[in-house]
Amino acid sequence: MSASDEIWILGIHMTKFGKHPDRDVVDLGAEAIMGALADAQVTMADIGILAAGNLMGSGGLGQQLQKQVGQTGIPVFNVSNACATGATALRTAIMAVKAGEVDMGLAVGVEKLAGAGLLGGGGKSKSDDKVWAPSGRYGAVAPTDGRIGTDTMPGVFAQIGMEYGHKYGGTSFELFARISEKNHSHSTLNPLAAYNKAMSLEQIMGDIMIAYPNTRPMCSANCDGASAAVVVSGAKLKTLSLEQQRRAVKVSASVLTTDPWQEACQILPDVNTLTRNAARKAYEQAGVGPEDLDLVELHDCFATAELVHYDNLMLCEEGGAVDFFNSGAPWRDGRLPVNVSGGLQSKGHPISATGIANIWEVCQHLRNEGGQRQIEGAKVGLAHVIGLGSACGIHVLESSAA
Amino acid sequence: MTDTVANQVPLVDYLVLADTPHLVAQECTSCGARYFDRRNACASCFATKFRQVDIATTGVVRTFTIVAYAAPGIPVPFVSAVIDCEGTSVRANLIEVEADPDHVSTGMRVELATYSLGVDDNGTEAIGFGFRPVSS
Repeated sequence: MSASDEIWILGIHMTKFGKHPDRDVVDLGAEAIMGALADAQVTMADIGILAAGNLMGSGGLGQQLQKQVGQTGIPVFNVSNACATGATALRTAIMAVKAGEVDMGLAVGVEKLAGAGLLGGGGKSKSDDKVWAPSGRYGAVAPTDGRIGTDTMPGVFAQIGMEYGHKYGGTSFELFARISEKNHSHSTLNPLAAYNKAMSLEQIMGDIMIAYPNTRPMCSANCDGASAAVVVSGAKLKTLSLEQQRRAVKVSASVLTTDPWQEACQILPDVNTLTRNAARKAYEQAGVGPEDLDLVELHDCFATAELVHYDNLMLCEEGGAVDFFNSGAPWRDGRLPVNVSGGLQSKGHPISATGIANIWEVCQHLRNEGGQRQIEGAKVGLAHVIGLGSACGIHVLESSAA
Repeated sequence: MTDTVANQVPLVDYLVLADTPHLVAQECTSCGARYFDRRNACASCFATKFRQVDIATTGVVRTFTIVAYAAPGIPVPFVSAVIDCEGTSVRANLIEVEADPDHVSTGMRVELATYSLGVDDNGTEAIGFGFRPVSS
């Protein structure tokens, strides 16, 4: 084997997202792996590396999954990279194939998150003795969440969207709610989404406020789910059946970035710069531009986040995200459909599964297997995730020319 | 309550309870990047020398959210904001203002203010900070 320039998705699978009270992360991850292997028409005997993503569990998921699907002694990488964990697992498998160490790799992401509630907030609780004792990196005598701003995800991402509005104008509570209305509408065509009910603008704006301007339906849905993908080198693919070659989806770009230093990044996570950097690199790697994309699955963890990523992914001119949305472009019948799966707000966000599930969605359309929500004639798609801290994963995918 | 001034502690160590309470940062002597916590090396330029600098006590609200739903024990609603204090971004709550979108907006001018978090069993009072609208 030698280093491979071409990487293809040979098989990919996602479980139904939602509540799976009777199944643990191993059950869900194994289902995703078995599905991806069947889709690829290969077995564990063909796989040279396993990368397993999980954030909230106790670790060692990859080995536990091997015990369910096949122990072949291959190297396992257990990865954790916030909401970019799934994309990081995939990128790990891709790097192994790209380096020529293996010609086929498997990546899986799985999370149990149903009923998890609010993520990110709280901090250490005070001891029973009431004594103001400094602790931690800031010498804090009391928890700072709620006293020095907010640590909660809905609040952090609300500020990210409001900052965009301050910089460029044109945002409002209603605008953000309309983005959510779009995604909930899209989800009605996705049977694997955790929630697939359309919601009116009035319902969305009138729902429980979590962190202004994000109401509950404008927040990503905590749920259970898993996804997995088999990747293969171009050279190996040529030795496989014509059917496998026809259904394979080309990975034209696979990029992972973190935050470069920015003045305010210690105060409010900067989700913009690393996404823009990743997008620029991805378009360059793939040799395509945003104008070539037929669909995009981006990380709408909150309605306020989707807006800024139109701009970060250069789907519009700099500062033009509000106009882009108002033009109708990101609706499924628009110029550049965004989150036709329903997005994280309705499909759900089982954290580590998200970064492969968004690629599954794009693959469905590129293989013309999207069923009732097929974007007709889709040839090129982009999948984006971001995890705070931060890590951003972008994959550009193209349908097979074979 | 006696001797309250002597027995005060700031909520965080980068809040200085002087005659004019203010925030301080560790500034990289090489590139000027500022940090509210300790750094082994500057995240911007990797230099290793820092000096303590005072942060302006007035600024402009660059973004905010009104948190209506928080972890147990945190009073809601409250306004979380990022304030541009003459070029240094500061994270804080907005205080002494109604926590609703009719009373808070980006671009608002605000100033640092302190408040009591209460007195502990040893008689020490903790002092927190926030930013309040500048009365014009």
